[in-house]
Amino acid sequence: MATPVLTRPRPERAPRTTGSSRVRRRVGATPRAFYWMVVPAVAVFALLHTVPVLIGIFFSFTNYAGFGSWDFVGFGNFIALFQDDRVLKAYGFTFGFAIVATILTNVISLAIAVGLNAKIAFQSTFRGVFFIPYVLAILVVGYVFQYFFANSLPRILSGIPVFRDNILTNPDWAWTAIVALAVWQACAFAIILYLAGLQTIPQELYEASAIDGATPRRQFRSITFPMISAFFTINMVLSLKGFLQTFDHIVALTAGGPGTSTESITLLIFRGGFQGGEFAYQSANAVLFVVVIMLVSFLQFRVLQRKEADF
Amino acid sequence: MAITIDAPATLEPASPRPARDPRAIRRINGNRARINWWATALIAVCAITVLVPLYFAVVTALKTPDQLGGTGFELPTSFHWQNFVDAWTLTRFPQALVNTALITVGAVVLTLLTNSLVAYAIARNLHKPFFKGVYFYLLSAIFIPFPIIMLPVVKETALFGLDNQVGLILLYAVFGLSLNVFIYVAFIKSIPIELEEAAYTDGATTWRVYWQIIFPLLTPMNATVGILTCVWAWNDFILPLVVLSDPAARTLQLSQFVFQGQFNTNYSAAFASYLMAMAPLLIVYIFAQRWVISGVMRGSIK
Repeated sequence: MATPVLTRPRPERAPRTTGSSRVRRRVGATPRAFYWMVVPAVAVFALLHTVPVLIGIFFSFTNYAGFGSWDFVGFGNFIALFQDDRVLKAYGFTFGFAIVATILTNVISLAIAVGLNAKIAFQSTFRGVFFIPYVLAILVVGYVFQYFFANSLPRILSGIPVFRDNILTNPDWAWTAIVALAVWQACAFAIILYLAGLQTIPQELYEASAIDGATPRRQFRSITFPMISAFFTINMVLSLKGFLQTFDHIVALTAGGPGTSTESITLLIFRGGFQGGEFAYQSANAVLFVVVIMLVSFLQFRVLQRKEADF
Repeated sequence: MAITIDAPATLEPASPRPARDPRAIRRINGNRARINWWATALIAVCAITVLVPLYFAVVTALKTPDQLGGTGFELPTSFHWQNFVDAWTLTRFPQALVNTALITVGAVVLTLLTNSLVAYAIARNLHKPFFKGVYFYLLSAIFIPFPIIMLPVVKETALFGLDNQVGLILLYAVFGLSLNVFIYVAFIKSIPIELEEAAYTDGATTWRVYWQIIFPLLTPMNATVGILTCVWAWNDFILPLVVLSDPAARTLQLSQFVFQGQFNTNYSAAFASYLMAMAPLLIVYIFAQRWVISGVMRGSIK
């Protein structure tokens, strides 16, 4: 009974479709369905991603305030950007913060990942703990940190003036508190990336080098690090790119203050663009920022990958 | 997140790598390898720094305002559950939770369905100029940071009437497309094409091949993309902040920001509110920990 049921449809339907699709494949034409899969999605993507980018570039050459009429001003916005102390200060703060946070994140997470990959007790429990910050919202964790820095730390470290007077209100040191939050949160993801890298290293390499008398330090320098250098590169690039766009951390901890001493570029674009009537001016800032980020990422890739090749 | 390396990439969802399971390591290395207690102690100390802020949040949320005086690390003398009730009503928690849950689920479902579909069509036609062009067009968008999109996209969503939950769902699916296509395409290329050819021979259409053969095979990558999208959409702050216009559409994170000022006198209720905002994803994570971590790891090796 079962056999005829299974085979019956085949002689009726199969030859036609098979024939046509085979012919199509032979001449190399693409089934139309593939276009239907791609074109609508890409159209929506262009509308909501590419068009905004183009609009942003367009308005960066105008004096549009976000409402009302506007005129072209050529490169006026870009020239003004370089003479604007607030903008330059935002770039200075953002880069200083991002570089320190990137280095700390990568050093700490690489160390923790190597430790987690060693023969330790409760390995998977620890791994689970280290990944917790990844699932928490930076903004909310930031509020917890904010209360800690403002109310607890002054009491705990009352002997140290910087901490006693609430580090978040100190124009010179508030950025360190932001680094602390950023590193605490970013390590989670970086550790997992490094762990993934460490697990691609064949165990035999360590066994062979141990027979040759290599110390653990030598093993790290000559095996571990070279083997995960691709992960190191990607982690450095991703962290720096992420930290350069920092926003949530600052909203939660200092709101850019005291004064504008911890105002990041993204926060400046947000404030100027939405609240300050500087739509065009901050669009120009954003265009400049995009160029800077792409240049930095590109340079980082070049430098780090050249180092990779050296090993 | 996405790395192309020459390392042998494992495809199977649950390929048990020896290093994953501590017991397996011990078994493999036999008597020679003993547990490194120094490393364990160091890792434990580092792990505590991860847990301290969470402990801090929990004890603060349970205190009455007059217990808040000390360093903040003291245990509460009595549990003050009223904080949670206050936070619940003050931040309109149920509404915010529903909004966030809707947006997250919507974003994950839409992302999985559409992004994998686009990736499938691209991966199977990469030799053709059109699809190759689309692929590189999407990839190039990975390098475009959000600030340049931020100002214009708000104008656009307002214009199209997308300044609501639906708009956010759409934006997450669109902004994630670049990276997800990259992750999916690398995986689909490794699926043998013979499977599909057999299905075509049996008369299946391209849509059916995608839905009945490719999509089920994509499960490990769907898990990865789903986790990444879920965490992003749930915890995102800047996109809801700039896009949403109706206060009734506020997400959990956004309502923490909006009501922050009103907590000025009552830190305990504020912390109760933070805990409630963190709890749902944290609970899911605790139960699906292994699965989440391996999902993210898989995405990083691709």
